[in-house]
Amino acid sequence: MTASQRMHASRFAATLLALMTLMLIQGCKKKPPPPPPPPPATAPAPAPVIAKPAINNFSAEPSTIEKGQSSTLSWSISNATDMSIDHGIGAVQSSGSRQVFPTTTTTYTLTANGPSGSDTRSVTVNVTTPPPPPPPPPSEPKLSSAEMLQRQSQDAFFDYDKSDIRADARDALTTDATLLKQIFAQDPNFTVIVEGHCDERGSAEYNLALGDRRATAAKDFLVQLGVSGDRIKTISYGKERPQCTEANEECWQKNRRAHLSAGQ
Amino acid sequence: MRIRILILAITSWALLLAQPQINRDIGKPGEKFPLAVPDLRGAGDAQQFMSAFNNTLWNELQGSGQFKLIPKTFYPTQIPQQPADFRPPVNGRNQGPWLTDWSGPPVNTNYLAFGYTATQNGQLVLYGWLDDVRQANPSSAQLLAKVYLGSLDEAGAKKVAQEFAADILKIFGAGSLMGTRIYFVSDRTGHKEIWSMNYDGSDQKQFTAYRTITNFPVVSPDGTKIAFTTYPMRAASAGHPATEGQPRIYLHSLETGRKLVYLNQDASMNAASDFMPDSQHLLIYSTLAGGVSQIYMTDIDGGGLRRITNTRSLEVEAKVNPKTGADIVFTSGRSGTPQIYRMNLDGTDVARLTDGEGDAVNPSWNPDGAHVAFAWTRGFEPGNFNIFIMDVATQQLVQLTHGAGRNENPSWAPDGVHVVFSSKRGSTTQIYTILADGTDLHQLTTQGNNIKPVWSKGTQ
Repeated sequence: MTASQRMHASRFAATLLALMTLMLIQGCKKKPPPPPPPPPATAPAPAPVIAKPAINNFSAEPSTIEKGQSSTLSWSISNATDMSIDHGIGAVQSSGSRQVFPTTTTTYTLTANGPSGSDTRSVTVNVTTPPPPPPPPPSEPKLSSAEMLQRQSQDAFFDYDKSDIRADARDALTTDATLLKQIFAQDPNFTVIVEGHCDERGSAEYNLALGDRRATAAKDFLVQLGVSGDRIKTISYGKERPQCTEANEECWQKNRRAHLSAGQ
Repeated sequence: MRIRILILAITSWALLLAQPQINRDIGKPGEKFPLAVPDLRGAGDAQQFMSAFNNTLWNELQGSGQFKLIPKTFYPTQIPQQPADFRPPVNGRNQGPWLTDWSGPPVNTNYLAFGYTATQNGQLVLYGWLDDVRQANPSSAQLLAKVYLGSLDEAGAKKVAQEFAADILKIFGAGSLMGTRIYFVSDRTGHKEIWSMNYDGSDQKQFTAYRTITNFPVVSPDGTKIAFTTYPMRAASAGHPATEGQPRIYLHSLETGRKLVYLNQDASMNAASDFMPDSQHLLIYSTLAGGVSQIYMTDIDGGGLRRITNTRSLEVEAKVNPKTGADIVFTSGRSGTPQIYRMNLDGTDVARLTDGEGDAVNPSWNPDGAHVAFAWTRGFEPGNFNIFIMDVATQQLVQLTHGAGRNENPSWAPDGVHVVFSSKRGSTTQIYTILADGTDLHQLTTQGNNIKPVWSKGTQ
């Protein structure tokens, strides 16, 4: 130690001593103030990193489809160099969308690879099988001639004790004539019976004759309209086969009729 | 030998009596003949069957509707058993039974049936007489004297009683209903079929089983055949259900029940109408000509067609006069609504019998050939028929029913005083008998609906 050094040390010691004394004296009087916060750590300098690939978004819209419909896959990826979707879709761009037509429920996996890693994400497109279709409407059954007659023919109605063709009966029989011509054309062996009916009020004997006359009058009218008379037979049921059995005019009128039925 | 002599005696005895016929007006009330029928007694073994005999005789006579039977309590104590029992009073004093015991009060009868039974050769024999007690002496009073034979049991006693009653009825111009049969149509099986029954409704039997619609029976006067109208069923074929064919006439034997040959006309409708009195021809109505029902006559097999009416209107229900066989009554629409007409079979003398009001249908001849019963809506709405009787010569009317139900299908009994008809008085139609004076109504049927009665004499 040099002299100056020594001297320096002794000064330092003296100063320290004085300081300490001062501190002691002062310490007896009050606490010392908290130490100041440490100086901020110096942030380490960022390493020169290359970021990992990230799939930000991968979705299917809609996520549920019926078989035969399409769904759209959409995605966006960061930091990847190599991106692909399985199920034959293959490489894709970092963002995009693609229509898919899965036929069964399919989970699509998007894989993004980069120099520093990879990311994958999956999305599932549910494919529902549509309910089995209703059975095809029965192929419109070809109506038999007898069914056509039964469904489409109209009765001709008569006044009490009369066999004259009224205006409404004229209309009904005109419709019937068209129908019969159609049926006879499509079914060469078909014959038709014109039934004559009466209401319950007359005698059974007279009604038998009256019903016959009504049937004959209806047949004659059909023949006039060009229907083949050879294929029309008449039968009188008199009052034996009423279609209505109440004793009032509404019902009686229903029974005073000529009705077409299939022959044999 | 004894039997032969007896039969000879009976035959000549019966022949000796020219049987008088007592006529009465049809359909007039209160015209019943006063008749006394005291209980007959039997000799020896015959007596045990006399209760059955007397009940049967009384019921047959009562049921005929011809008589006012005088109650037995009024009868004198001395009852003749044979004409020889009559003793004329001497000086106003009774010597035994006498005619005035019966013609005077309290009996006040015009007629007396009397007699007795005995056993003869193991058989029951009835000696029966009918007297007009208003006559002066027993020989002029006698209307009937006859011997009847039956088996010596209750059945035999009933049989001779019925035969005696039938002979008494004949005296009064009326046949007995014994052995008669009513043919009719019933739907009680679910199909309209022909049935038959006794005149009191007993013994109802099904005659046809065609299982279709069978209607309008008529019976031949000789009782051997029945004709009716049916819809012959045609069997089901491919794609076609069984259906009824057009109305056709069927003829059956009433002796065997079998179907007989009858050739129908080629027409949309053929209906049986009546037998001619010879039972060998049939009146029918058919749409053979121009599709309008007309009346025809055919042979019993359908051949020999002969047209009777010639109009453009509906002609149905011809009934031949059983007395003349030459004129008919029928229903025709030639003047509008159906009315009753009469004409000769040759087409002459056409006359409308009803006045044009309402519907007049279902004519039926009385066996007398002078009266016709029919159904008429006169005074009522269409369909509300009542039974009328008309004297064809005078066109005088008697109305038998008066709005109680729907009354149709009258048919005269062979006795000419009963009428059988159908009536809907509730939910079903049933068959009734009534006397021509409108009294004594009886319902004969109850099951199903029963219509179109025809009263046959039976096989005689």
